[in-house]
Amino acid sequence: MKKQSRRDFLKLVGATGAGLVAAGSATCEANEALKVNNEELGMLYDATKCVGCKACMSACKRVNADYGSLSYEKARFDTDGLWDAPSDLSGSTRTLIKLFKESNKQWSYVKYSCMHCQKPSCVSVCPVSAMTKEPVTGIVDYNKNTCIGCRYCQVACPYNIPKFQWEKALPQIVKCDLCKNTNLREKGISACAEVCPAGAIKFGKRKDLLEEAQTRLKDNPDKYIAHIYGEHEGGGTNHIYLASMPFNKLGLPDIKPEAPAEFSEKIQHTIYKGFIAPVALYSTLCFIAVKNMKKHGHGEDDSHKKEEK
Amino acid sequence: MAHSEEFQKLEGRIFTKSFFILLAVVLTGFFFVGVRFVKGIGAVSNMSDGYPWGIWITYDVATGTAIACGGYAVAILVYIRNRMQYHPIIRSAILTSMFGYGLAGFSVMVDLGRPWNAYNFFVPRQWQANSAMFEVALCVMAYSTVLMIEFIPAILTSIENSKWTRMNAIRNWLHPRIAPDQKTMEDKLEMVRLGAAWLNPRLNKVLIFFIVLGITLPTMHQSSLGSLLLIASTKLHPLWHTGFLPLLFLLNCIFIGYSIAILESLISSYAFKRPFEIKELSGLAGLIPYVTVIWFSVMVGDLIYRGQLAAAFKFDFYSRYFLSDFLLVAIGSLFMFSGKLRRSPRWLFISAAMIVFGGALYRFNVYLIGFNPGKGWRYFPSFAEVMITVGIVALEILAYKVFVALFPVLPNTSHGKSHGHAPAAEPVKEAGYAGAAALNTHN
Repeated sequence: MKKQSRRDFLKLVGATGAGLVAAGSATCEANEALKVNNEELGMLYDATKCVGCKACMSACKRVNADYGSLSYEKARFDTDGLWDAPSDLSGSTRTLIKLFKESNKQWSYVKYSCMHCQKPSCVSVCPVSAMTKEPVTGIVDYNKNTCIGCRYCQVACPYNIPKFQWEKALPQIVKCDLCKNTNLREKGISACAEVCPAGAIKFGKRKDLLEEAQTRLKDNPDKYIAHIYGEHEGGGTNHIYLASMPFNKLGLPDIKPEAPAEFSEKIQHTIYKGFIAPVALYSTLCFIAVKNMKKHGHGEDDSHKKEEK
Repeated sequence: MAHSEEFQKLEGRIFTKSFFILLAVVLTGFFFVGVRFVKGIGAVSNMSDGYPWGIWITYDVATGTAIACGGYAVAILVYIRNRMQYHPIIRSAILTSMFGYGLAGFSVMVDLGRPWNAYNFFVPRQWQANSAMFEVALCVMAYSTVLMIEFIPAILTSIENSKWTRMNAIRNWLHPRIAPDQKTMEDKLEMVRLGAAWLNPRLNKVLIFFIVLGITLPTMHQSSLGSLLLIASTKLHPLWHTGFLPLLFLLNCIFIGYSIAILESLISSYAFKRPFEIKELSGLAGLIPYVTVIWFSVMVGDLIYRGQLAAAFKFDFYSRYFLSDFLLVAIGSLFMFSGKLRRSPRWLFISAAMIVFGGALYRFNVYLIGFNPGKGWRYFPSFAEVMITVGIVALEILAYKVFVALFPVLPNTSHGKSHGHAPAAEPVKEAGYAGAAALNTHN
């Protein structure tokens, strides 16, 4: 009896397991390859042109302070609060210039802000569609009025871009939206690109930016690392980079060309098969459980009738 | 109807010393919950933009719901595997599941930055089916509701058999002028009793469909708890980041579920000075190694397939945590293979505890220890953060103690003694629970 039961149990678990494994590893025919849309808006940041004046940071805060819930961050030595001195992207800062210095000859500025991915992880994981990607402009936007503050976007973003206001009682996520509701609407250009005095930030359509980047690489092959960061990283980004130093040294992670969101969505969709799988599982289990109940008795005719309906 | 012969209330006082100690811990935790809502999450926790999920998600949600899978695992056994002899332990398993899930939901509300927007889960326009979090949230909410429905028969039985001593005591304690009339109150209470007596058998007839729902939903969201980390391909260490995360999490919660059902039963027998239910428990323990063996083969097979097996034996920080969770579960399972050790409460306790710790450590590994957002980020929970979690766990234990005293939850010991030596062949008399009309007929 006992042996029998174990074998049965094993069979069941084995079958369930095998089913899930098959589902998990099956090649997904429904998955269409990610199409890159080069008409979307983006920015090209050229680290070799950047002079580190931080005009972009200051313009970003001036323009987006109210709409984006940004505020000034004091440095510890600056008791009078004369300067805005964020040390990293934060719940008050959407864009940031940093200096990476390896030696007196080897150094580079780098700008951090949202990469506006072609296939953004944050949009893929947001449970209530507070993160969205605009179909035409490709801007990855955040809506605080639907956000529940679960911070899954922060876990998912490979660039660690979305920031949370940890110190506030009524917090929100802070990230660049290409000045969608402020400068872009008024002047057709993001504030950082508008004010950059060195021409380090170029605003435009992704196809033009890629063309420009390729021209610069061709004209000055000695000046640059021969790579456009963001052209293929994580399925491609609309904010792309040129630099004279390896990008991972500048804090931009090495990311495979496959978008992380493609991988996770593929598995989730394969398991669920458009909600058919859970319904099938429920019906099968109901069938087994009701059968088991019947084995135990015959005095419950009404309930059987009910079940058959 | 022979109500609740299978289950009984625990005799004894509710307000004991341990009750007040637990209460103190709960209040401390809730003080910090208050601070969190006034001054923000940053004021009480060490979470950061690099580690946006701390122990509230890792322990209370990801691990706590696995530990609350006792009800799920035992329900599979009883209703799907048709092992009715385990029916006596199911009610306490469901009760702990109910608290486990309810309090996981509560700590999510503490953890969410903008909880007032949580209603968006019910707005179809906002649904985002690509998100594993969406799936987890809806499933956990639905499952908590199902667990409550599954527990209603215990409350109804309790109402039916109630002599209303507490109600009468309250009435007598009130000033005569505001106390309700004796006769009116008795009539009203009688109506409640009749209502419960009317509802109970009807609920029992359809209850099996809720129970099966209570098996389907955890299958979905426990695997999705693994899917949550699929997207973090650049942050989660390759030892753990695999497409098989959903399957591994599902198997993990099943063996944790069985082990925790054993632990709960042993602990409550010990704490409430009742006889150990060794027969049921050793049978349960005999099943665990089969689940863990499947878990191991998926895990190791996947590591070989991805060429990461060498990383497991590097003996660096990650490898050590990986091996710890692996060995805890493996050794615990080995003990359970032995029929002799399985019949000793002590060894049962040790091996079940090892498996629960190992399984829980696996979830910590995936959510926190193996999670590396990049250079410069550190996370270790703060005191207040830990106290909130501890307070929530204390509330769970407290509520369990109160509920087993108020409602028939624990297996009836006298019932067990009279028939108990061959539970498999024993007529199952219970009518107060779980499709029980169907069980009523062996006699």
